[in-house]
Amino acid sequence: MAKTLFDKVWDQHIVSTNDDGSILLYIDRHLIHEVTSPQAFDGLRMANRQPWRCDAAMATPDHNVPTTQRDQGISDPVSRTQVQALDQNCQEFGIREFDMHDIRQGIVHVVGPEQGLILPGMTVVCGDSHTSTHGAFSALAMGIGTSEVEHVLATQCLIQKKPKTMRITVNNTLSDACSGKDIALYIIAQIGTAGGTGYTLEFAGKAITDLSMEGRMSLCNMAIEAGARSGLVAVDQTTLDYIVGRPFSPTGENLKQANAAWSQLHSDPDAVFDCEYSFDAQAISPQVTWGTSPEMGVGVDGSIPLLSQAKDDVQRESWKSALTYMGLSQGTPIQDIQIDSVFIGSCTNSRIEDLRAASKVVKGKQVASNIKQALIVSGSGLIKQQAEAEGLDVIFKEAGFEWREPGCSMCLAMNADRLAEGERCASTSNRNFEGRQGKGGRTHLVSPAIAAAAAIAGHFTDIR
Amino acid sequence: MQAFISLDGLVMPLDRANVDTDAIIPKQFLKSIKRTGYGPFLFDEWRYLDVGDVGMDCSQRPLNPDFVMNQARYQGASILLSRDNFGCGSSREHAPWALLDAGFRCVIAPSFADIFYNNCFKNGILPIVVAHEHLDTLFADCFANEAYQLSIDLAAQTLKTPSGDVLSFSVDDFRKHCLLHGLDDIGLTLQQQDAISTYEAKRKQEAPWLFS
Ligand code: SF4
Repeated sequence: MAKTLFDKVWDQHIVSTNDDGSILLYIDRHLIHEVTSPQAFDGLRMANRQPWRCDAAMATPDHNVPTTQRDQGISDPVSRTQVQALDQNCQEFGIREFDMHDIRQGIVHVVGPEQGLILPGMTVVCGDSHTSTHGAFSALAMGIGTSEVEHVLATQCLIQKKPKTMRITVNNTLSDACSGKDIALYIIAQIGTAGGTGYTLEFAGKAITDLSMEGRMSLCNMAIEAGARSGLVAVDQTTLDYIVGRPFSPTGENLKQANAAWSQLHSDPDAVFDCEYSFDAQAISPQVTWGTSPEMGVGVDGSIPLLSQAKDDVQRESWKSALTYMGLSQGTPIQDIQIDSVFIGSCTNSRIEDLRAASKVVKGKQVASNIKQALIVSGSGLIKQQAEAEGLDVIFKEAGFEWREPGCSMCLAMNADRLAEGERCASTSNRNFEGRQGKGGRTHLVSPAIAAAAAIAGHFTDIR
Repeated sequence: MQAFISLDGLVMPLDRANVDTDAIIPKQFLKSIKRTGYGPFLFDEWRYLDVGDVGMDCSQRPLNPDFVMNQARYQGASILLSRDNFGCGSSREHAPWALLDAGFRCVIAPSFADIFYNNCFKNGILPIVVAHEHLDTLFADCFANEAYQLSIDLAAQTLKTPSGDVLSFSVDDFRKHCLLHGLDDIGLTLQQQDAISTYEAKRKQEAPWLFS
């Protein structure tokens, strides 16, 4: 029978099937960070259990780490305790960790692929919803809660019910001014933040296969914002080229064998999906969100919708409260929105390609005088190093940006990087929820190029 | 995990869609390395007028009088009623921990985000999916009647209103079994140790590159 890409990966990981149809799913790779793991390690200790397979795991602290003066350690004692707990747990249980002072440290979803620890056809989990990122490699990757982190540590498995499948095809060629981020925001604006709930997504079509691995990771990263735990892209030459030569990638005979297996990782031509959407890439302009949910987005050349355009009362009410929180009014053109702050970073957009795209816009220009803070936070120490080798740091610093150490930073403001009450930020992160970047902070989700352009103009502007 | 068999509880209406886990428990509280103590910070940004932080004494903080949780009639509620896509956003299990710590054992909504839904079952909380038309009635009745209670029976999979209406809800058999008996599913999975080892041995042959 014809299989979808999802079916192929799923079927290869079934350990056993339970009476009620749920299965025991084997997990190949387990990524760990400091926020969602301490209670899981505690659980192991309390039950006197050992990890099933340490070599499947990789840990790095990212949420709480400072992005300045790292040699002085973490000043907030609560954050420090959490990062130290990760270090100690990894040591005690024998788990590979790139700690805060390791050049390979960074956001866990950036570090995994960069190190060659994420391979096609794997099952990947992490106590973090943006684990969906790794679907870019045809890995079935999903976020889990802390109890499941403990479950995977102890058993290398998860109890799972089969999700439904949805294919989202994006035909035609994307404008040069757009990126994987814009495709993601566009799709979410179309299908809603619950549009993918209960499904595993597969992204297909020319606009998707044209994307680099970085672009595919940005896209799959945001599958969760469409409600789906996982989003996949089929393996092609772009995937294979990215993997070769990374520290933990297979080599020699192993690689040859792997390549043969990986070349099967696509949906069969006549595979049937539970749901299908198709969009035209030509209709996608650079996206900007105006509200407090990732689905509240429009093109940078558009305007905030009118309340009368809401599909029902529930939506009208949520638009109203979003506009109040955001300090905006219906019908306002996006390009009239002035910003106070710019954040380029997060597991969505902190890879080398993102920094290059932003630097191209910034080169030789100056951050506008109304911008209080403009941060560039690389996704990993290695990306920062590479960007410096390419001279990108100089371009940013000369323009008035701050060049920071890697971590989650102002994506969720668990460290010192945050917005003040009422501050408005053009952010390349993935969530614009109330308070996400600091209590009362106002987040507009955009691509790196749009964030960079907004920094220079002081308001949103169309880069086409 | 505390078993969930049945519940007669006061209902608190949270009349909004897309209640995300950042709203349920803001990130600053995620710095704790414990599973308990999150209750006073549940819905922190809506519930208090100041900025909350770890270790604060919440009895001294200014309450937001407009937030439903601060109204006298909802004190002691154990059932939360809300709208679509409840629990979306971050995978933080701190969200169900905070709900549980604040006394909630059941959340009723027309739809839930997957990870949150799953996390509830790991913590003895029952998430119930109710169709929109019934939900609107529940909201209306809850607003109209002080001390509005619902009776939930997990074994029978029913929810009974004060006027005697009975709604049935669906729940996965395995999850129901674990919840009814308060079972830790790690122990259950470890009963399949041999199957896991057999699978691993086979995969090492087929796909050796996965084991490094
Ligand atoms: S960068 Fe943001 S979204 Fe990504 S893992 Fe860190 S906090 Fe989560």
